Amino acid sequence: MISGRTLAQGAGCEDKMSPLYINEVSCCYLSEDDYRALGLSDGMNLLLTSPHGSAVLRAGVDKGLPQGIVFIPMGPWANMLTGTDTNGCGMPGFKGVEVEVTPTDEKVLDIRELMLRGR
Amino acid sequence: MILQIEDVLCTFCGCLCDDIRVEVNEGRIEKVRGACRLGSSKIMGHNRIKSPMIRKDGELVEVGYEDAYRRAAEILVSAKHPLLYGWASTTCEALKKGILLAEEIGGVIDTTATVCHGPSIIGIEEKGLVGSTLGQIKNRADLIVFWGCNPSEAHPRHTLRYSSNACGRFVPEGRKGRKVLVIDVRETRTARNADRFLRIQPGTDYEIISALRMIIGGKADSLPEDIAGVPRKDLIEIADMMKNAKFGAIFFGLGLTHSRGRYKNVDNALSLVSELNSHTKFVIMAMRGHYNVTGAGQVLAWSSGYPMAVDYARGAPYYNPGETSCCDLLSRRDVDAALIIASDPASNLPRGCVEALGEMPVIQIDPFENPTTLFADVVIPSAIAGIEAEGTAYRMDGLSLRLRKLVDTEYPSDVEILQAILDNIRRLRDDN
Repeated sequence: MISGRTLAQGAGCEDKMSPLYINEVSCCYLSEDDYRALGLSDGMNLLLTSPHGSAVLRAGVDKGLPQGIVFIPMGPWANMLTGTDTNGCGMPGFKGVEVEVTPTDEKVLDIRELMLRGR
Repeated sequence: MILQIEDVLCTFCGCLCDDIRVEVNEGRIEKVRGACRLGSSKIMGHNRIKSPMIRKDGELVEVGYEDAYRRAAEILVSAKHPLLYGWASTTCEALKKGILLAEEIGGVIDTTATVCHGPSIIGIEEKGLVGSTLGQIKNRADLIVFWGCNPSEAHPRHTLRYSSNACGRFVPEGRKGRKVLVIDVRETRTARNADRFLRIQPGTDYEIISALRMIIGGKADSLPEDIAGVPRKDLIEIADMMKNAKFGAIFFGLGLTHSRGRYKNVDNALSLVSELNSHTKFVIMAMRGHYNVTGAGQVLAWSSGYPMAVDYARGAPYYNPGETSCCDLLSRRDVDAALIIASDPASNLPRGCVEALGEMPVIQIDPFENPTTLFADVVIPSAIAGIEAEGTAYRMDGLSLRLRKLVDTEYPSDVEILQAILDNIRRLRDDN
């Protein structure tokens, strides 16, 4: 899994409780091949699990992605999956996180539910 | 009356575009011209935090500014090791005040750079940087390399104003006068504008840079046929492109700093550029994200000697990324209160750090509500710098620019808020 900036994520960056921002950062983009191989279609969700946590995200296609890599716009959903180890330089690994991706019927949590999960 | 304001600075990203036109009608911004989608969404404004708030019985309750300042001061005075974090989306003047605050309370001050280009700064400290201004690149560069960055989405006007598509003095034909090379793990929008796109495997930047250095150093024969999944002949062609440029510029992004290797990737890229200067003129620049993250590093460096993650707990500045940086402090539970200004760590830090934030009192200073507000115990709404408050900010190439105030506001500036908290802290201490 890699995370990074997108236009919609940036445009919603100073209005983070807005649907524009939340819809964008709760989407997991896959390559066309992976999307097809998982039998996904519009409106389907994915459960992503990493050694650090898990989250349910909407599935989307990014034609620029190669097989085996998923992209999540940086934000609270991507960070459910990243670890805190900084390799001694202050920077956690926001890119290159190994994740398991499975289609799910579970719903994408709303931002408050997600942030306050387990509290 | 409608007021047209020319040459407004956009306070979104590190491009700090200074050619925006804003139309103000009766104290409200009505139109923004010339900005990208990111900039205009910020300048046009939207839902603001209406009033200061303090959390009581789990709920945020509206209070007056004086009550919020006093509560913030109480939190900071009773903390053993508070964290003051953010600073990249406010002015240099606000950070100066923040450093004074950190010094007086023995706190640790860190900027969002630590989870952005912090590793780049460490790489630059190790190696030095062959740099330039964006103006030099615009006017002279005939090869633009975007490595692990995607300006089409993160810095939308960068290509047109400063780099690949800009018309410059010695490159009057603009995009046609330059070669554009994109190196990334995915084919981004930026890659679609390139003459050449090299796709690499995630986490292999270090190997690819090392191979390019070997080719440029005349050791291509010692390389295997395949380097981290990239054929050697492709890298030889790219090295030739670089050597044959009259003036080359590498812009690098979080593809280098967020991946395996972190600051070592940047360190290696800086060496590559240094060695390219034996053949031609080559420069390198980090694509800084927040509009004043560069300034935050500058102010901290000239005040404390260090560019980020500065701990004042010992009475003198102490800097050790990996120990005094925000993520490490939170995940090790090494801080016991946090003042968050102009940033949103709840969204942008790993979950483990956010959980730590949820265990301590949090003061938030921001014009806008964001997920960090859900964890805040004191919320202090502020004026937006560059729109409602003036100040200084540094563009990604280190050029300092003056932000103007465009409209009046009832919100206090970050500087005023920090001064008020500081006054309250001094008063509390005098009382004791």
